[in-house]
Amino acid sequence: MNFVALKMLTGDRAKYLGLIFTIAFCTFLLENQTSIFAGILKRTGSQIADITDAEIWVMDAKTEYFEQTKALKDTDLLRVRGVDGVEWAVKLFKGSPVARTLDGKFAVSFCLGLDDATLTGAPRKMLLGSWERLREPDAVVIDKAGYVLLFPGEPLRLNRTVELNDHKAIIVGISDASAPFLSFPVIHTRYSQAVNFVGRERTQLSYVLARPQPGVNATELCRRIEAQTGLRARTSDQFRWDCVLYYLKNTGIPVNFGITIAIALIVGVAVAGQTFYLFTVENLKQFGAIKAIGVTNLRITGMILLQALTVGAIGFSIGSGLCAAFFAITLKNLPTRGLVLMWQNAIGTGVAIIFVVILASLISIRRVLVLEPAEVCRG
Amino acid sequence: MSSEIAVQCRGERKEFGNGGGKVLALRGVDLDVRYGAMTLLVGPSGCGKTTLLSVIAGLLNSNGGEVEVLGKRIERLPGRQQILFRRKNLGFVFQQYNLLPALTGAENAAVPLLAAGMPKRKAVQKAKDLLATLGMGERVNALPRELSGGQQQRVALARALIHGPRLLVCDEPTAALDAETGRAVMELLAAEAVRPDRAVIVVTHDNRIFGFADAIARMDDGRIVSVESALRNGDRAE
Repeated sequence: MNFVALKMLTGDRAKYLGLIFTIAFCTFLLENQTSIFAGILKRTGSQIADITDAEIWVMDAKTEYFEQTKALKDTDLLRVRGVDGVEWAVKLFKGSPVARTLDGKFAVSFCLGLDDATLTGAPRKMLLGSWERLREPDAVVIDKAGYVLLFPGEPLRLNRTVELNDHKAIIVGISDASAPFLSFPVIHTRYSQAVNFVGRERTQLSYVLARPQPGVNATELCRRIEAQTGLRARTSDQFRWDCVLYYLKNTGIPVNFGITIAIALIVGVAVAGQTFYLFTVENLKQFGAIKAIGVTNLRITGMILLQALTVGAIGFSIGSGLCAAFFAITLKNLPTRGLVLMWQNAIGTGVAIIFVVILASLISIRRVLVLEPAEVCRG
Repeated sequence: MSSEIAVQCRGERKEFGNGGGKVLALRGVDLDVRYGAMTLLVGPSGCGKTTLLSVIAGLLNSNGGEVEVLGKRIERLPGRQQILFRRKNLGFVFQQYNLLPALTGAENAAVPLLAAGMPKRKAVQKAKDLLATLGMGERVNALPRELSGGQQQRVALARALIHGPRLLVCDEPTAALDAETGRAVMELLAAEAVRPDRAVIVVTHDNRIFGFADAIARMDDGRIVSVESALRNGDRAE
């Protein structure tokens, strides 16, 4: 009877295509919005993820996320180095100087000052030039999106001059840094230079980056650092999640995306449910005949669920394909770089679509189950 | 029950509605339907013909009385067994054909076999063979909308007969057809459906087809008022 169910489904071409379009639209919207949502939240920890040579971030005890820094004392670096299990610890500065080109184009930038001696945290993915050149006087590495923002329409070129808070800086490399939450240029330079760009204050140290000795668990070392210094220590993963959770709790982003996702689900259930219901009602006599012939309610329920799941599978595949195509196109654009269709979102959407089609078919199933087969004999 | 009797009703009662809106559709019906015969249930509209047919077919439960179908008290069978009994032993022809619009003629005729679990290819082939014997060999792959009323009723007849039921129930099979087509369908029904091991019940108010009956049970106001039998006895030698 599966064959009969599928023929019934595809026989009414208009409703069949309508159902598939609805599910595909619902899938596209869900996957698209949840992936963008996840991608944007992931960006809140981009600079943490880009620093791969340190596993532990030490910060002020009240720091909740990456952007929120309160300067540490220089002696805090030494205290962290003194904790048992720390292989090495270096300083990291984070500031936001204004970058300005000689043409007058400017933008607030995102400046990371790296330990002068080791350059720990330097961008590893370079598109042009070399991060080792950061040791040169006034040297900075800028990310491609920042370069395009400051030098729109111009080819990537090294040794160009920009001003950072009126201090001369030479671009010695162009990196492929992950997109930050805000679309600021990401600039890497030496710590000593970065503090000059921003302007000296009494304390400058934003973060201490550390690495545990071989065999020492990073989470355990974080506990030790916290216990001995009174500072906050997080592993890179923990700190990234701190950022995500902070934005989830303290911004309107989840509400905005949540509304779109809810609308996609409601529209999906309502339109698919209505179409499915019409489809069933128009075939009610036929279902009655099938029941009279001796098909059980369980089998009919199976037939309707098969129809619903078939529509769901086809619609989901088309919607996912469209969504993947969307991200394949937008991935090449600088503002939307890094936003991709994540497999977790695809699976989550798949589960939601199963929920949508089953919910949509429930009313139809009920209508057929309560149908008396004798109805088929009445006119 | 005699072994010649396929269906026996005794004091069959059926009510619809409650309280003041209660309608007595069957008021104690007694009826015997013989194997090897076509029995017509006739009477004016609203007299209870279709209700009685539905009770006999196990599509409706009565409120009193006894109905024995092919040796089984059908109303006493648990729900699923009643459905399986219907699937195995009964064939249905409906007034509006009720063919599945998306299926071809052969696929429609094969539905009872598919419901019983027969593989599709085998079931459809069997349906094609049967349709050929019913004069529909050329139109087995046509959709119902491409068939005339008479052709659709032939497909419905094939669907009713394909699994070899022992009781065939037909609800106004000619009501939607013109006189000539209705007569052709009845000729086919008489020739192909009536067998010594099968009983055929036809509900109708179409007096043009009374001549095909072996027995005519007349109903009025929820009761059998007369039974005329042996109208065509002996005509149908097997």
